[in-house]
Amino acid sequence: MAGLAIAFGSGAMTNSIAEIEHNDVLLIIGSNTTEAHPVIGQKMKQAARRGAKLIVVDPRRIELVEHAYLWLPIRPGTNVALINGLMYVIITEGLVDKKFIEERTEGFENLWAVVQNYPPERVAGITGVPAEKIYAAARLYATTERAGIFYTLGITEHTSGTSNVMNLANLAMITGHVGKEFSGVNPLRGQNNVQGACDMGALPDVFPGYQKVANPEVRERFAAAWNCQLDATPGLRIPEMIDLAAGGYIRAMYIMGEDPALTDPDITHVRKALANLDFLVMQDLFISETAKFADVILPGASFLEKDGTFTSTERRVQRVRRALSPRGECRPDWQIICDLAARLGYPMHYDSPEQIFAEMASLTPSYAGMSYARLEGNGLQWPCPTPEHPGTKFLHAGRFPRGKGLLQGIEYQPPAELTDEEYPILLTTGRMLYHYGITTRHSPSLESYRPEELAEINPAQAAELGVRTGDRVTVVSRRGRLVTKVKVTDRVPPGIMFMTYHYKESPVNILTNAAFDPIAKTAEYKVTAVRLEPAS
Amino acid sequence: MADVTLTIDGKRITVPAGTTVLQAARDNGIFIPTLCHDPKLTPWGGCRLCVVEIEGMRGLPASCVTTVAEGMVVQTASPQVVEARKMMLELLLANHPRDCLTCSKSGACSLQDYAYYYGVRGDKFHGEKHDYPLEDDNPFIVRDMNKCILCGKCIRVCAEVQVNNVIDFAHRGFNTRVTPAMDLTLRESEECVFCGNCVQVCPVGALAEKASLWQGREWELTKVRTTCTFCGVGCNLEVSVKDDHVVRVRGYDNPLVNSGWLCVKGRFGADFAESPDRITRPLIRVGERGEGRFREATWDEALDYTARRLQEIKEQYGSRAIAALSSARCTNEENYLMQKFMRAVIGTNNVDHCART
Repeated sequence: MAGLAIAFGSGAMTNSIAEIEHNDVLLIIGSNTTEAHPVIGQKMKQAARRGAKLIVVDPRRIELVEHAYLWLPIRPGTNVALINGLMYVIITEGLVDKKFIEERTEGFENLWAVVQNYPPERVAGITGVPAEKIYAAARLYATTERAGIFYTLGITEHTSGTSNVMNLANLAMITGHVGKEFSGVNPLRGQNNVQGACDMGALPDVFPGYQKVANPEVRERFAAAWNCQLDATPGLRIPEMIDLAAGGYIRAMYIMGEDPALTDPDITHVRKALANLDFLVMQDLFISETAKFADVILPGASFLEKDGTFTSTERRVQRVRRALSPRGECRPDWQIICDLAARLGYPMHYDSPEQIFAEMASLTPSYAGMSYARLEGNGLQWPCPTPEHPGTKFLHAGRFPRGKGLLQGIEYQPPAELTDEEYPILLTTGRMLYHYGITTRHSPSLESYRPEELAEINPAQAAELGVRTGDRVTVVSRRGRLVTKVKVTDRVPPGIMFMTYHYKESPVNILTNAAFDPIAKTAEYKVTAVRLEPAS
Repeated sequence: MADVTLTIDGKRITVPAGTTVLQAARDNGIFIPTLCHDPKLTPWGGCRLCVVEIEGMRGLPASCVTTVAEGMVVQTASPQVVEARKMMLELLLANHPRDCLTCSKSGACSLQDYAYYYGVRGDKFHGEKHDYPLEDDNPFIVRDMNKCILCGKCIRVCAEVQVNNVIDFAHRGFNTRVTPAMDLTLRESEECVFCGNCVQVCPVGALAEKASLWQGREWELTKVRTTCTFCGVGCNLEVSVKDDHVVRVRGYDNPLVNSGWLCVKGRFGADFAESPDRITRPLIRVGERGEGRFREATWDEALDYTARRLQEIKEQYGSRAIAALSSARCTNEENYLMQKFMRAVIGTNNVDHCART
């Protein structure tokens, strides 16, 4: 998101899901779409079935590879170099959109100054992708009118995450593939309401609608609406919170519906930090790994037990409706927050989520035209600034929020952690079809189907260790070790292995590296150096 | 595209060229029964229930695969058409199990509805019945091939929507059945991803959601439209509830998002909400931090305690010593309130959530 905000002035999926079926080229990079966003994956496969060409960039032979026109099996952590290589071909072969570059962007010279050092032959050495595939992908993407880019955490969960995103924005801009239907830069948001949580200002530097806390006018407006004093200093991001909790500066935490003790990188460090708090209040559905450190656990309500809205990856705000009564004494999370606020001397009273939504919309320009009444039907996509506005199918038509799109030259930087003799295998992590975060471990059906990790290792590694599918191995990184069952498969190439983060019994984040992207502060979940040992 | 004018049951109708006779009739409120047709799948013309009489054409063409032509004259309910449909239904019922009393599909079964509509009792022929074992070796879908009428919708949804091509017709004649390759079960095939879209299009009781069996009859269900919680796509759900219990989840047809289709998590994963692992009362820690031992408390006690400790820490160390993680799983309204709580009540901007990339 930070990368798109720098390049365009706002960070969100530029296009809509329904446009995929009309795309002629889909460049899918760092997204195992059929497992992480299965219904968008369906649409991509449907597009391929009717003749659209899929360019899949992924180290693993994921399902989409079977439907791909081109597969670029990239070495994890080398996306910047690959994208530079694609742009090298596009620029040197004159396939750029000159008019778009002149009218809509700035900084082309800076971009070229870097990209000129990335001929495909060199890029092939860095990325492991054969040069001829780089040529073919570049030509296909640049010369197809309806060409969209789709990416997920395979792009962002790197120390170079923001660079990766900015470079994809570069690629789209030099080819004029943004600001119109069927072409754009589309981050597929992982969780059901990532987009909404960001839009709502659950971020340390912005109020709802990305209005900066550092801006005095914005602050005044919110202070007046909320009838309170507001801190002008941006707050801490998660890795900083964790470090400062470990250091004794952060004394209390209030955690709603997250499980950093399982899902954050280097969880040994996270657990130390949580243990060091004076007070931890959790609001959750289950006793998660994090909740074990809590002083108080407040039982919230699941999505089936409350009313509200989610904002989907395509900026579509849709209603969530209560189908069940809250279990036992569980209460909707919004009511719990209101009750706590009242006890702390700040009366917060709402009769319904609809009232909260109305207050939020009055303070959030991109949601200002929305109301529960208008969300009936098929929902609305922001920006939707007025009650008459139909919502926005695709972004950046005619102009970027920052004015001209910013082209930047971005040098390839290797991942924070490299393999060596002691840790020769590169571990990459992600999710799988049958689980979602940690919630689905409590789904009797899904859990009975996939009750345990099956780490993917290549037959070459399996032969070295003498293990077969279903056997157990020990995985060791510079930070920790765990035991897991393996699946022997050529979905992963030799030298690379894959694990999910869903299982507390084999918590992969005991292995991962907390090194994070300097701008977005997102950790490098996708690259960890490990070695395999027989399970003792 | 040019328009075409035709006559259906004496009514003059103008539709775009290329429209099927079936679609033209349905768009104009004229009833034609179908078992193998779904407007989102390729027309197949297999069930023959949609046959009509068209002047100048031999026999009774299937309306789902016949495109309109200028001046066409169509009869959808002539004695000949009705006779043919009754015969099709008699033949289907001749091989169909008669367990409508307890069939999970009862009340939403197209075969049942059409048999009733045409007064077909299924007593004209006494055909052989299948004796296939129930396929229930996976936790999601139960397949009862004894009830399958070979409409092929599941095959087409698997090929055209899910694009996994797991199942197809196999064997011949009376022994024809829908199966993964080599007569494996869905689970054994290792190719099925249990999206369950086949269950959603099945017109009879051959395919069912396993967890829904014996949980409620069709007419007892309350249906609630909502949005899925399992990823950012925002698929629309139709949650069917009886007695405060989710009987099943199906896709709701929002044509801009999921067009009614789902994945395995959206369709089958909502059972997490009714898991016995849920915390249903506030808890206060009794053991060591990290140990996970708690005692139950009342809401008043838990909230008072939390408010008191937050207040004490705020007074002793300042607002910035407190931090919150909000959640990309929660609603917009809850995220809005969480950041408002931290900023307006605690007095700090220390609020973040894990999915900001």
